[in-house]
Amino acid sequence: MGALEGKFEDGVIVTSVDALFNWARLSSIWPMTFGLACCAIEMMHTAACRFDLDRFGAGVFRATPRQSDLMIVAGTVTYKMAKRIKLLYDQMPEPRYVIAMGSCAIGGGPYYEHGYHVVKGVDLYIPVDVYVPGCPPHPETLMAGLIELQEKIRQDRVLRRKKTVDAA
Amino acid sequence: MEHIEIFNRLRQQFGEEVVLEHVVTGDEAKGFRDPYILLKTESLAEVARFLKDDEALAFDMLHCISGVDWPEYFESVYHLFSFKHRHMATLKVRTSKDDPKVPSVTSVWPAADWHERESYDLVGIRYEGHPDLTRILLPEEWEGHPLRKDYETPTHEHLRELGL
Repeated sequence: MGALEGKFEDGVIVTSVDALFNWARLSSIWPMTFGLACCAIEMMHTAACRFDLDRFGAGVFRATPRQSDLMIVAGTVTYKMAKRIKLLYDQMPEPRYVIAMGSCAIGGGPYYEHGYHVVKGVDLYIPVDVYVPGCPPHPETLMAGLIELQEKIRQDRVLRRKKTVDAA
Repeated sequence: MEHIEIFNRLRQQFGEEVVLEHVVTGDEAKGFRDPYILLKTESLAEVARFLKDDEALAFDMLHCISGVDWPEYFESVYHLFSFKHRHMATLKVRTSKDDPKVPSVTSVWPAADWHERESYDLVGIRYEGHPDLTRILLPEEWEGHPLRKDYETPTHEHLRELGL
């Protein structure tokens, strides 16, 4: 604080707009209730009492994209599903974030070579912020991914935000 | 009723023109297993109706329909069960590679509806008389039938061109 130290009454904080907005955003990331395969089971108990994703403010799973900030793509993305995922992503209000959870969502996983119906990475359809590897990832790993995303949000420049690039 | 008795009853009713063969795999040492009845393809619906309506057979449940791609022909396999008599039967019909069509049994067992659509979707057997023979698992835009042995996996670019 330096020069401003002790110039104000008690209870007044000085901060930057960026820091304030980013702090607010990263402290309540609401994910979308949405699972595609076995990764979703891990995601569910990441959110449940034992691991408690709510400690990071991300425990409020919303059943609609319109109230969600974060899409956790938890599982195998088929071509039939990819169109629906794109639609859901488009319905989310900005700022919106995507975590690709597990090998399948990252790059097709075990279906890379012979899975005729599996998309080789959800990033072919929507932009991904954090990739969480594993098959499926542990709850701890998903939480590490979430903390990584929070760090990313902390770096954001709210007032000079670049336009998001539309994927595919 | 034993499987062979079911076969004999069908033979008696329809003759050997329609009820072609009773096949059992395995041997004496390992035990005989997986018996099936091979039927004339065109008569399938007729035989199915009899299997359900006949008092002694009373096959009121269709467990499963499978499509199989063999080198010489396509095969459609039906697993049946009777709650009344607690017996089971397996039927098979064969159809050509060039123009694979099999009569639909949806009018006999409504459960056949989605099974036939799945077999059509993945193996490409057409079930004639089915009320709505469309793809059930793959998207509508999909080309080809992936469980055929000569199927080639499409590239991502090609699928995007199809609008997926």
